[in-house]
Amino acid sequence: MNLSFRIEKREQGSALFRTLATTGSIFIALFVAGFLLLSAGVDPAAAYLEILRESLGSSYGLSETLVKATPLIITGLAVSLAFRMQIWNIGAEGQIYMGACGATWVALFSGLDSPLMLPAMFAAAFIAGGLWASVAGLLRARWQVNEVIVTLLMNYIAILLTDYLVYGPWKNPDGFNFPLTAQFADAARFSEYFNTRLHSGFFLALFCALALYLLMERTIWGYQIKAIGSNPGAARYAGMRTGLAIFLVLTLSGAIAGIAGFSEVAGLQHRLQHGISPGYGYTAIIIAWLARRSALGVVIVSLLMGILLVGGDSLQLSWQLPVAFAYAFQGLILFFLLASDFFINFRLRRVKEVTDA
Amino acid sequence: MPRLLQLQHIRKTFPGVVALDDVSFDIATGEIHTLLGENGAGKSTLMNVLTGFYAPDSGSIYQGEQKIRFASPRDSLALGIGMVHQHFMLVPAHSILENILVALQNVPLLFPRRQLRDRIYQTIEEFGLDLNLDTPVWKLSIGAQQWIELIKLLMRDCRLLILDEPTAVLTPQETEKLFTVLSKLKQQGKSIIFISHKMREVMKISDRVTILKKGRSIATLERGAFDQNKLATLMIGNDSIPEWQKSLPFSDELILEIENLSVRNERGLADLDNFNLQLKKGEILGIAGIAGNGQKALAEALTGLIKVDSGRVMAAGTDITRSCARSSYIAGIAHIPEDRKAVGIAPDLSLDENLILKNFRDPRFRHGIFQSRSAIRRNAEEKIDQFAIKAGPKGSPVRLLSGGNIQKVIIARELSEHPTVLVALYPTRGLDIGSAEYVHKVIAEGAGNGMGTILISEDLDELYKISDRIAVIFRGQLIGYADPATASREQIGLMMSGEVPQ
Repeated sequence: MNLSFRIEKREQGSALFRTLATTGSIFIALFVAGFLLLSAGVDPAAAYLEILRESLGSSYGLSETLVKATPLIITGLAVSLAFRMQIWNIGAEGQIYMGACGATWVALFSGLDSPLMLPAMFAAAFIAGGLWASVAGLLRARWQVNEVIVTLLMNYIAILLTDYLVYGPWKNPDGFNFPLTAQFADAARFSEYFNTRLHSGFFLALFCALALYLLMERTIWGYQIKAIGSNPGAARYAGMRTGLAIFLVLTLSGAIAGIAGFSEVAGLQHRLQHGISPGYGYTAIIIAWLARRSALGVVIVSLLMGILLVGGDSLQLSWQLPVAFAYAFQGLILFFLLASDFFINFRLRRVKEVTDA
Repeated sequence: MPRLLQLQHIRKTFPGVVALDDVSFDIATGEIHTLLGENGAGKSTLMNVLTGFYAPDSGSIYQGEQKIRFASPRDSLALGIGMVHQHFMLVPAHSILENILVALQNVPLLFPRRQLRDRIYQTIEEFGLDLNLDTPVWKLSIGAQQWIELIKLLMRDCRLLILDEPTAVLTPQETEKLFTVLSKLKQQGKSIIFISHKMREVMKISDRVTILKKGRSIATLERGAFDQNKLATLMIGNDSIPEWQKSLPFSDELILEIENLSVRNERGLADLDNFNLQLKKGEILGIAGIAGNGQKALAEALTGLIKVDSGRVMAAGTDITRSCARSSYIAGIAHIPEDRKAVGIAPDLSLDENLILKNFRDPRFRHGIFQSRSAIRRNAEEKIDQFAIKAGPKGSPVRLLSGGNIQKVIIARELSEHPTVLVALYPTRGLDIGSAEYVHKVIAEGAGNGMGTILISEDLDELYKISDRIAVIFRGQLIGYADPATASREQIGLMMSGEVPQ
C-alpha cells in the first residue's frame, strides 16, 4: 500500500481562514529566511527584532516606513485598478518617471506660487502619467496590441527621457555637473510632519485608496470595469463599450502612477534626478497581486513592504548584510503568499492506493 | 449478455456537493445503454469517473471478476474506454488524417503512414462515410467533425464508446446515419453509452436505459419495459412540469422585418446572404437549420453585436440595421445568447449585479454616478421570486449557480424590460427537461403579451412544440417557411439541407 495525493478544489473559505493562511505564509517565509540569515552568521531572532524596532519602534523608523510605503501605495493602486479589468499595466515604473517629469516642469518653469503651485504640479503629473499609459491603451483598444509589452518597453523610454532631461536641458547650472535639476521652491514642496521626512504624499496616497475604493465598489464605472474584467464578451453583449473602457482604465492607471512621481519629487527629493524610483513600479505589480484586488489590501501590503525596506536597510548597517537580503525577503514572502493562495483554493487529499494482486 | 463493466455504489463528493451519491449499473458487451438524467443529476461526473478523470470516494468498478482502478485517463483508455465529448478535441488547422494520427498509440517512431491511411479509409468505408483525409478540419461541418472523433476512438480499438449528447449538432438525416453506424458498432460487439435529452432518440436506439436522479441510479430498464412517459416521470420524479399554453393566434402586425440582410465573417465568407424574414406581433417563429448555417450571425446582427454589410432590419417601424448592442436593447430587442457562460453573464459578479448587466444605467439603479445598492438588491429579490431562481448565498459569484439557474438569470434580465422582440439562440441547449419547460413557458407567456420571438434551435421537437411557424435557414439564406401543424419532419429535414420546397 502506498500513498499518493490528489488536488481538490476547496469551498469558498471563510474570511478568517484566508487571513490565517495569509499571515501564516508570512511567518513561514520569515522562518525560511531565517536559514539565510543563519548562513550569513546572523541570529534570525535578533535580526527580526531589529527589523521591527527599526521600522516601527521609533518615530523616525515609523515615519520612514510610511515614507517608503507612500509611492508603493499609489502605484499599487494604479496597477490594481487595471488588474480589475484583466489589463496588465507593467509600465507603472515609467509612468512614475513621467509624472515626476510633469510635476518638475511645472515646479521649475511655470512661475506659479502657492496655493496654485501644488495643484498645478498634481495636474501635470496626472496628465503626463496618463498620456504615457494612453499610448498602450490606444494600441490595445484599437489594434489589440499586447499592453504588457508596450507598457514594459515604454518604461525604458521614460527612464531614458528623464535621464536626458536631468543630464541635459534641465540640469541645475549650479549643480557641479551632477545629474540633478535645481531644488524646488518652497511652494512646490509638500509639508513635512513631526520633524521627520513624513510628508503630505502619504495622506494623498490614503486619499487615493479611498477614492479608488469608492470608484470600484460604488459607482457605475467601477461596475462596468468589474463586468468587463469578469467577462468582456458578456460586457460587450450588454452594450458596454469595452474598447473605450480599456483605453480609459489604462490611462487612469497611468495617471495614478504619475501621482506617485509627483509625490516623490514634491515630498521627498524636492528635485528631479536620475533614478527617482528604485523599481516601485515593479514592486507595485507584486503588491497589486497580493492585495487581491482590494484598495485596503494595497495599503496593508504596501506598509508591509515599507517595513521590509526600512528593516532591510538597518540590517545592512548593523550586520553589513548585502541589500540583496531585503529582496530575498520580498521574494520569499511573495513565494509563500502565492502558495497560500493555492491552498486557500485547493486542498490536498490523501488517496489510499490499493494495489491489486 | 456478458458484462463488460460493472459499477457498484459509486460515490463522489466535492466540497459541499454530493455529485454522485450511489450509482450502480453495468454495461453489457454489444449494447447501447442510455444514461438519462436532468442537469446536475451526475451524468458528467459519472463519465469523468469512467474515463479516469476523477477517482470515486467509494464504490468500485469491476471488469469481470477483477476490481479495477483508474489512476488517470490513460488507464481508462488502456482498457478501451473512449469518449466523444460535447466539445470536440480537434486541431482545426490540421488535416483529418493528422488529427486521427495524434490519437493513435503505440505507433512506431517512423510510422507507416500509408498503411495507417488505408486502415482509416477502411473504417470510413465500412460505415459508409464520405471523408477526404487530407481536408483540414476547419472546413468540415460540425457533424463531420464528430465522425472524426468517433473514428479516433475506433482506431484505438475502444470497446466502450461514450457519446455525450452527440445528436445536438446533427440534422435529422445525420442523426439517422449516426444511429445506423451505432447499430453496426453494436453488432460488432462494441458497447455504447449514449447520453441525450431527446426522448424520441432515447426511445429509438436504447437497449437499456439507466436513469440518474440527484446522484443516484434510480432504475435501469430493459427495452420494452420503458416508454416516453415512464422515463420522463422517473427522471423528473414528483417535480411537476410547469403548465404552459401555446400562444394565442398572433396578429398580422409586423414587428420585425429583415430585408436582404448580408453579413460577412472575418474570413470574408457570407454568414448571411440576402436573408429575409418577417416576424409578427405575438408570434413564436422557429428557425430550423443545421448548426453553422448563419443562425449565430442572424442573432448577433439583430442584437447589434456584429456589423451588417448590406440589407435592412426594421423593428416596429424603426431602422435598427446599424445599431449597437445598447441601442438595440433600448429599441426593445432582448437576446438569450447561445453560450451562456461566454456572453450571458459576468461570472465573477454576484447575482444582483448580473441582473442589471444591461440596464445598470437605468435611473432606478443609481443616484448620479453611484449605484443604489438597495434598489439593485430589491430588483434581485423580485426576480428571484418571479423566475424561481435558486440563488446561492448573497453576494457569491454567479458562476457557482447551475446551468439552468444561470439561464433563468439571463431570462429574468432580458425579459424584465418587456421587450417587443426576443431573439433566443439555442435557449434550452444543455438544460434538463424541467428547466427547458420553464423556458418554453416564459416564451409562450411573452408571446401572449405580444412579444415576438425568434427561436433558433437545433431541436426539431422543441420547434414543433412551441413555434407558430418554422423558417428554415441554409447557408445564410431563408429556404422557406413551414407550418409545424402540417409539415413533416422529413420535409423540414430536406429544407435544412438546402432543398427549396415546391
